[in-house]
Amino acid sequence: MSTVHTDIVTPAGKVFSGDVHMVIVRATSGEMGILPHHMPIVAPLDIAMVRLKYDDGEKVDFAAVHGGFIQVSPDHITILSEAAEMKEQIDIERAQKARSEAQQALSTLHESSEGYEEAMLKLKRSELRLKTATVDE
Amino acid sequence: MPSMRDIKEKIASTKQMQKITKAMQMVSAAKLNRAQTTAQSFEPYAAKLREMVAGIAASANNQGGRHPMLESRPVKKTAYLVMTADRGLAGAYNGNVLKYASELIQKNHRSKEEYTLIVTGKVGVHYFEKRGYPVAFSQTGVPDELSFDDASDLAKRTVAMFIDKKIDELYLVYNHFVNAISQKLLSTRLLPLTDISGEDSGGEKAIYEYEPDEDEVLEKLLPLYAEGQIYGALADAKAAEHAARVTAMRNASDNASEIIDNLTLSFNRARQAAITQEISEIVGGAAALE
Repeated sequence: MSTVHTDIVTPAGKVFSGDVHMVIVRATSGEMGILPHHMPIVAPLDIAMVRLKYDDGEKVDFAAVHGGFIQVSPDHITILSEAAEMKEQIDIERAQKARSEAQQALSTLHESSEGYEEAMLKLKRSELRLKTATVDE
Repeated sequence: MPSMRDIKEKIASTKQMQKITKAMQMVSAAKLNRAQTTAQSFEPYAAKLREMVAGIAASANNQGGRHPMLESRPVKKTAYLVMTADRGLAGAYNGNVLKYASELIQKNHRSKEEYTLIVTGKVGVHYFEKRGYPVAFSQTGVPDELSFDDASDLAKRTVAMFIDKKIDELYLVYNHFVNAISQKLLSTRLLPLTDISGEDSGGEKAIYEYEPDEDEVLEKLLPLYAEGQIYGALADAKAAEHAARVTAMRNASDNASEIIDNLTLSFNRARQAAITQEISEIVGGAAALE
């Protein structure tokens, strides 16, 4: 099977860099699975889990990607995000704390009130982190 | 002439001070190291973003569809994002930026209606508030180990001001880190984004498909780019701050050693004078007995 070089880049540096066979992301327009020699494309991403499938067809890496973009060129794929973590890097305790904080904030806020969106975003992020950290391979 | 005890006390207190300035120098050197690493790891992200923005801006131009962040509009209000430190003891670091910013404003604007300021760092906030400059908002307590989360709030608010048309232009005014001993004052125009499309990466240019369409991608990409640039400038200013502090503290330590040397010399002189006087007193006393 062929592979394509993939990077996950954040302001804090490269989170992932390697050759994979398939990258599965959730763009704002829907789920996408990208194989080598995909047509060049740029798409914004949702706050969602990214799956990186390796050549052997068995090993899969997971990353929590908090929005951003995917850029597919003929010879490489770049995922660009303000924040992204590989499964092993996620601080579960911190994510749990963030989730309960966000839930608490949401319970006191109305949909139209200030800070609601922010709390919702925080909840989404922490839930994604927890989901990615506990995902089964 | 000061007594031996006075000099001794002075030497002791100067030594204490030197210990502190040396410690501060070392702390800042360590922080400088980390700040440089932060700035370096940001580089690939910034480069990639620039490439994407340039690519899409070029193709958006072709179709005539333009995003408000790319477009220059008549300037009614200019915003300056001035980056200072939270603390002093960094030599001329803060003074330079503040002086430069005030001069820039004086040169380009006649009334307070024409500009507004966004300030980071306590020193800058105090300076501008005391002099009655219009400050839109400010952020103090930017941590030494900068992470993107710390900057994103400030960056988002700034970019939102531009999108809401509260400001028509945004300049970043800060100390750029050149190397460990020199900083350069910079004032760069970040918004509107006009000079990004000129860059050619040299490699083969792929024609990208945009999902769902170009406008939507631009809508998300441009704020991300502007925020990234602000974060990059903050990280740059942080590195410059630590570098300035290292230099200032090294100078202070050097000065302290010089003072200690001089004081030790006069202490020895005073001691020698006392001994000489004692001897001459003894000799004088013995002579009187004979």
